[in-house]
Amino acid sequence: MLLKYFGNDKESGVVLLVLAAVTLIIPVCNLIFSAGSIFYFSAYTVSLIGKYLTFALLALSLDLVWGYCGILVLGQGAFFALGGYAMGMYLMRQIGDRGVYGNPDLPDFMVFLDWKELPWYWSGFESFPFAMLMVMVVPAILAFVFGWLTFRSRVTGVYLSIISQAMTYALLLAFFRNEMGFGGNNGLTDFKDIVGFSLQSDTVRAILLMSSGLILIAAFILCRWLVKTRLGRVVTAVRDHESRVRFLGYRVEMFKLWIFVFSAILAGLAGALYVPQVGIINPSEFSPLISLEIVVWVAVGGRGTLYGAIIGAIVVNYGKTVLTGLLPEVWLFTLGAVFILVTIYMPDGLVGLWKRKIGGLNHE
Amino acid sequence: MKYLMTYLVRFFFVILMMFSFVGITVAQEEDVEPSFSATVSGLKIRSLSQKGKAIEQLVLFENPQKIVILQALLDGHLFEVREGGRVVIAESKDEKNSIVDAENGKHIGLVDSSAIKKIKINNRLRSRVRSLIANLQLNSADAELRLQAVKTLSKSIKQEDLQRLRVLVDSEKDSDVLEALELVFALDDMDNSDKTIRLKGIEALKQKTSLTAVNKLQALLEKDSEDQFIEPDAEIRKHANSALVKIQSRLNTYEVAQTVFFGLSLGAVLVLAAIGLAITFGVMGVINMAHGEMMMLGAYTTYVMQLIMPNHIGLSVILAIPAAFMVSGIVGIGIERGIIRHLYGRPLETLLATFGVSLVLQQAVRSIFSPLNRSVITPEFMSGSWQINEFLSLTWNRLYILVFCLLVFALLLQILKRTKLGLEVRAVSQNRNMAKAMGIPTDRVDAMTFGLGSGVAGVAGVALSQITNVGPNLGQAYIVDSFMVVVFGGVGNLWGTLVAGFSLGIANKVLEPYAGAVLAKILVLVFIILFIQKRPRGLFPQKGRAAES
Repeated sequence: MLLKYFGNDKESGVVLLVLAAVTLIIPVCNLIFSAGSIFYFSAYTVSLIGKYLTFALLALSLDLVWGYCGILVLGQGAFFALGGYAMGMYLMRQIGDRGVYGNPDLPDFMVFLDWKELPWYWSGFESFPFAMLMVMVVPAILAFVFGWLTFRSRVTGVYLSIISQAMTYALLLAFFRNEMGFGGNNGLTDFKDIVGFSLQSDTVRAILLMSSGLILIAAFILCRWLVKTRLGRVVTAVRDHESRVRFLGYRVEMFKLWIFVFSAILAGLAGALYVPQVGIINPSEFSPLISLEIVVWVAVGGRGTLYGAIIGAIVVNYGKTVLTGLLPEVWLFTLGAVFILVTIYMPDGLVGLWKRKIGGLNHE
Repeated sequence: MKYLMTYLVRFFFVILMMFSFVGITVAQEEDVEPSFSATVSGLKIRSLSQKGKAIEQLVLFENPQKIVILQALLDGHLFEVREGGRVVIAESKDEKNSIVDAENGKHIGLVDSSAIKKIKINNRLRSRVRSLIANLQLNSADAELRLQAVKTLSKSIKQEDLQRLRVLVDSEKDSDVLEALELVFALDDMDNSDKTIRLKGIEALKQKTSLTAVNKLQALLEKDSEDQFIEPDAEIRKHANSALVKIQSRLNTYEVAQTVFFGLSLGAVLVLAAIGLAITFGVMGVINMAHGEMMMLGAYTTYVMQLIMPNHIGLSVILAIPAAFMVSGIVGIGIERGIIRHLYGRPLETLLATFGVSLVLQQAVRSIFSPLNRSVITPEFMSGSWQINEFLSLTWNRLYILVFCLLVFALLLQILKRTKLGLEVRAVSQNRNMAKAMGIPTDRVDAMTFGLGSGVAGVAGVALSQITNVGPNLGQAYIVDSFMVVVFGGVGNLWGTLVAGFSLGIANKVLEPYAGAVLAKILVLVFIILFIQKRPRGLFPQKGRAAES
């Protein structure tokens, strides 16, 4: 019955149902069944799946700009990392005086650097609502400024890709600096609590997985709705022929800008959900390589479908977990080969393969 | 009786004469008798005063080996062989010691460390030996040695040394040595009790670029604990101050020159890294993300060449240049034929596919050579630096890379301007369809262009191997920078790449002292991002129809 609601787009419905099932069943099983039962999922599995879900959200955010607006952003990881840092700052403040140096106000790395007081930009992060606001506002501001500058001067194509890569590279270098006040090379880690509950407890882990799943589902529905609205249709038109849309009288740069900012907010949320589940955020999340990996997830799944991005993120990351565990040397070979093969032979990704197969069957 | 007295006196006189004569002959014998080899053996004597005598003795011989022996003594390379007691100069070599006869410089062979015993001296003798060597070198025919000697002597100058130097100054022709001598005299004048001489010394120091001069002048302006000037004479202070200002302004010029040089050398690296990218991007409109790995291959080719010929490091680096060009060029053509050809007209997909190639190449190198950095030896002619004066020295390797970069650039420019391939490349980059219509085989041109661009990247890798670590991440470190250079300079324009590379290099080095290396880099990146907003097609945009596509 639910599938009927999706009409032609049955695949979206299926993905949504599976997501909902994962979001509900895994945490509940983890809490109800004890270790040893076949229905039991270990804390490790719960964290791992929670991590995949945040990656799926990140891939979704990229698919919105790349798949629907045609902007290949090679710096999506920057928004993810900024959201993560905002969350990390909140978690650092939650440690309080339980750090190694026992300073109630300053995080350990600041005591270590001999700082006397919190920098101004750290104020407010002890409040959870404020931190959550910042998780969305900070990436949005960066996306707005960057997008406003680039789209207005009509920087497109590979140029845009390259300068977005330069943006995340500049941030990578900046966050490596101790003077920035974000923990330098080591980043933020050793988190203890979130809104007063220990991050180590099974319940909190389960809730984090659930919230990742729910936010992903909500974002997915929102994105699907968005691309079907007038705004979404104009954005798709921009992807297909930018100058034609401009000649029709639309302010192309504004459409691009809003979709870009919205995507950055989603990426920021993904980062904020990611950090408490893995327990660390450091500058390496800004590295251009991470941002390129996100592009692969979307490309493997199939861009311009939204659910394809979710599938791609989960499949590629599952492959990474398995391969880096078994044969660490092979992982980069595989990733590289996936890059090459997908772009040449599977321009529409896994989703495209599936559709072609179904189409082939229907023809017979 | 008186006669007898006279006789006796005479007798005594004669005896005295005889004795003194004998004495003289004995003295003469002492002067002449010890041969060179006996004197050298004298160095073995334990007693330091005896050893000192032997050293003084040694200087008097007209044997060219004496400087070698003294230098070895100073450096702690002089040994005596336990069996037979021969004095030798030893150099440790693979746990063995290669020994050379101190007397005649003949090679003897390899021995264990236990077979020889070091000849030791104390600090007093060491400074004596140092000044003796300097004195000997002062009369050497080699201007370089004379200069070194003057510098050694000036560190702790003695009155007798000064006199010797003043004698020397009349016959000295070499300008560097004269310069150093004048500095020594000026410094000495400043310690004179006569005020006019002191002023003259300060005046002379004004022209000198030397840290000693700066320190000496600064000492004149210092205050003691009661806030009184140590130097009572106000006029001297005034002159010292003006001299200091003058020197300082000259030092600032040198500093600027140094910064510009560092900037140019960084720029040369950037240009080398970016120039191949500029060609492929300009002609084919595709971004080759594996470009950095082409440089990495070039650097590893250098490493392999050194493994092949470990005894000819200099030659191996030179041979590595064509080898790296071939290796990277062939891999580049392979990438074009195997991958990029299928993605024609889809620049974003090309970017992703070539990034995949870069990952595969990185991991391949990691698996073949190990994930650790490999060390590439810098050949002798490239190590060290060119010391222009105390404050300005240019390292040879960076200077060579700067020259090399300009050579590569000029060569590439000629290829594009003069050859058939260059003509075709330019035609395709201006209008692909029209070129095709005119019968240019665009497929082949694409492959050749990609090969050329990759080959140049390989050559850049040879240069990089001389200044950075050769490891699997070498390419990654330069890829963002080279993109920035290409985008900043304007796609498809070699001159733009050159100007962009050098200006970014200089900007980076100018900012560095104020902002620190990392912040300088960030500032430059932000500047480029903003610059692209103003001029999306770079400094020198392509003109004509190609600009629109």
